[in-house]
Amino acid sequence: MKYVDEFRDPEKAKALKNKIAQLMDQLPYTEKKPLLLMEFCGGHTHTLFRYGIQQMLPNSIEMVHGPGCPVCVLPRGRVDDCVILAERPDVIFTTFGDAMRVPGSHKSLLQAKADGADIRMVYSPLDALELARKNPERQVIFFALGFETTMPSTALTVMQAKAEGLTNFALFCNHLTTAPTIQAILDDPDMHIDGFLAPGHVSMVIGEQPFEFIPERYQKPIVITGFEPLDILQSIYMLLQQIVEGRCEVENQYVRIVQKQGNHPGLAAIEQVFELRDSFEMRGLGTLDDSGVRMRPEFAGFDAEKKFHVPNLRVADPESCQCGDVVKGLIRPWQCAEFGKLCTPETPMGALMVSSEGACAAYYNFGDLPELMAKRQAHLERESAA
Amino acid sequence: MNTRSERKRSLQGDTITLSHGSGGKAMRDLIDDVFVAGFDSAELNTLEDQARFDIAALAAYGDRLAMTTDSYVVDPLFFPGGDIGKLSVTGTINDLAVGGAIPLYLSCGMIIEEGFKVEDLRRIVQSMKQTADAAGVRIVTGDTKVVHKGAADKLFINTAGIGVIPAGIEIGAHRAQPGDVVICNGYIGDHGAAIVDARGELAIENTIQTDCATLSGLIQAMLAVCPDIHCMRDATRGGIATVLNEFAQSSGCAIRIEETRIPIRKEVRGMCEILGLDALYLANEGKVIALVPAAQAQAILAAMRAHPTGKDSVIIGEVVAEPAGRVILTTGFGGDRIVDMLVGEQLPRIC
Repeated sequence: MKYVDEFRDPEKAKALKNKIAQLMDQLPYTEKKPLLLMEFCGGHTHTLFRYGIQQMLPNSIEMVHGPGCPVCVLPRGRVDDCVILAERPDVIFTTFGDAMRVPGSHKSLLQAKADGADIRMVYSPLDALELARKNPERQVIFFALGFETTMPSTALTVMQAKAEGLTNFALFCNHLTTAPTIQAILDDPDMHIDGFLAPGHVSMVIGEQPFEFIPERYQKPIVITGFEPLDILQSIYMLLQQIVEGRCEVENQYVRIVQKQGNHPGLAAIEQVFELRDSFEMRGLGTLDDSGVRMRPEFAGFDAEKKFHVPNLRVADPESCQCGDVVKGLIRPWQCAEFGKLCTPETPMGALMVSSEGACAAYYNFGDLPELMAKRQAHLERESAA
Repeated sequence: MNTRSERKRSLQGDTITLSHGSGGKAMRDLIDDVFVAGFDSAELNTLEDQARFDIAALAAYGDRLAMTTDSYVVDPLFFPGGDIGKLSVTGTINDLAVGGAIPLYLSCGMIIEEGFKVEDLRRIVQSMKQTADAAGVRIVTGDTKVVHKGAADKLFINTAGIGVIPAGIEIGAHRAQPGDVVICNGYIGDHGAAIVDARGELAIENTIQTDCATLSGLIQAMLAVCPDIHCMRDATRGGIATVLNEFAQSSGCAIRIEETRIPIRKEVRGMCEILGLDALYLANEGKVIALVPAAQAQAILAAMRAHPTGKDSVIIGEVVAEPAGRVILTTGFGGDRIVDMLVGEQLPRIC
């Protein structure tokens, strides 16, 4: 566990915690009017909760959990599309485990599997490719999901499939692009985020440049952040330094992984296989321009949307479900009327309650539930009084 | 009297077929050759439909009978450090042992998919016999069913166990009280990690061994030092997090544990890092969590460390009053977080 433990050193954490508190003393934020920092990425949300980082921060900082959890922003209709593809008798449908329990309108992939669909959990798109090689009489579909972090591996897998001349392998492409998603948050009139922790793994692929519009056009500081607890504390400290000094730029805390220019072979693979969609629907954020990618026409033979009939269903969330507002950071998970009531990890209404990176699941699993429920009751009473 | 040698028949063929479950001659051959010969216990050798026990002999051990049952469906059947046979004996013995019972007898029901290799069945039976012998437990009655291909996955085993609880021992989840000390007998998560590793889907270089072991000897050594152990459970599926939550909820107390005191092997930690698993929820098959009075904690710990299955025993936390019914982990990083019951499955079919 070398290379990990040094990023979890409690002494260094204490030192950073004190330095953060000192900087906050110079700023006018209070518990009632806190500084709002958004960690975009679900991986960061998970680390915040797993290590109890929120309690280490002054009350005048509030972490807002962003939409950077690919399953969480998957619209309900896309899950329905997955189920329809998976239930074809000629298909082996492969997916990462996180997506299995996300509810569609009628069922999740896990329920479809129980009903007889051939759905297999894989750890890598290469596992799906191997299934295609071993089952030439079946069509193997890989549910490609994720922001830029996972795009190079799916791109390379498709290129490999093409090189081998496989005709029974396809992607159901649901890859998303980070920068347009952050822009949607910045353009939302309801949102007032004071600074961003940028996703480290996405940045490893795309580099710093795609984030430059954030300080330039929106005057918000942003720090590219690693996933260990000390990374997060240090990045919060770097954001505060920018704010105290009146600076506003893209800084890179995750220098051990992220290069300014990104990863050239990865970007080249993405460029070769994918092109931007005009728009793509993201749960809670609506239909955003340039927010997703599809496969280029040269790879049509590997595109499940071209190979099979995908109904592309648009399905609204249940009315009481406030996943969208949580994804945008407008409300905290526990403020949703269904949190912990109708919506629990056992009976989730939305992906936020399913994924290990989902904000609602993090609050539910790592938070003090009775305390949150009491807070929610008070919140609902205040709302109805208002 | 029928003796086994007069009746002994040998099994024909290399694989189990439906005829081995039909009640006819082939089934008789299977029972005689594989099970009766393999388990070799006086009760089983009589070939009656039930095992019979002398009540007075049982009463010499204590004043209450304990009975439990468990079914075993682990996939794969053989894994580093164990197999489904060993697991089916240790698991049921441990369920008796954590109640303070001295385990004595086991039953064995097997559901076999047709086409199963006889050689593998013999290996598994031998493993059950060795494990039971080492724990001083006898397999005294059994049942065999063979099902169509696809109706079961290779082999499922059910074992039930009977033991006797000595007078004066009152172990119960509701008995946790503030001041109690939480003890664990060593490295957690080995079994869950070994099963993931054994499936070979990850091509991890290290081999992680299951911790599959009988706990009855260790537990009797603990009870010899302190008969008033308050709570004790073996942390199988759902890991130590689940057991601690059961104690907290039943007793209405809170349990605080410290991440830095919980022993986790570096291979297991590494796998958890890669897969995003939490070792607190990983299955164990030879780990006991005990809540004991603080005054006796050091004496119990010393007795545990003197026993082979307890040599890595440590104190990992304590029972406090608030927040009632919750388990709280102080992270190595210095923060606190709630450790809740596991929702859903971390991994399929691990035991």
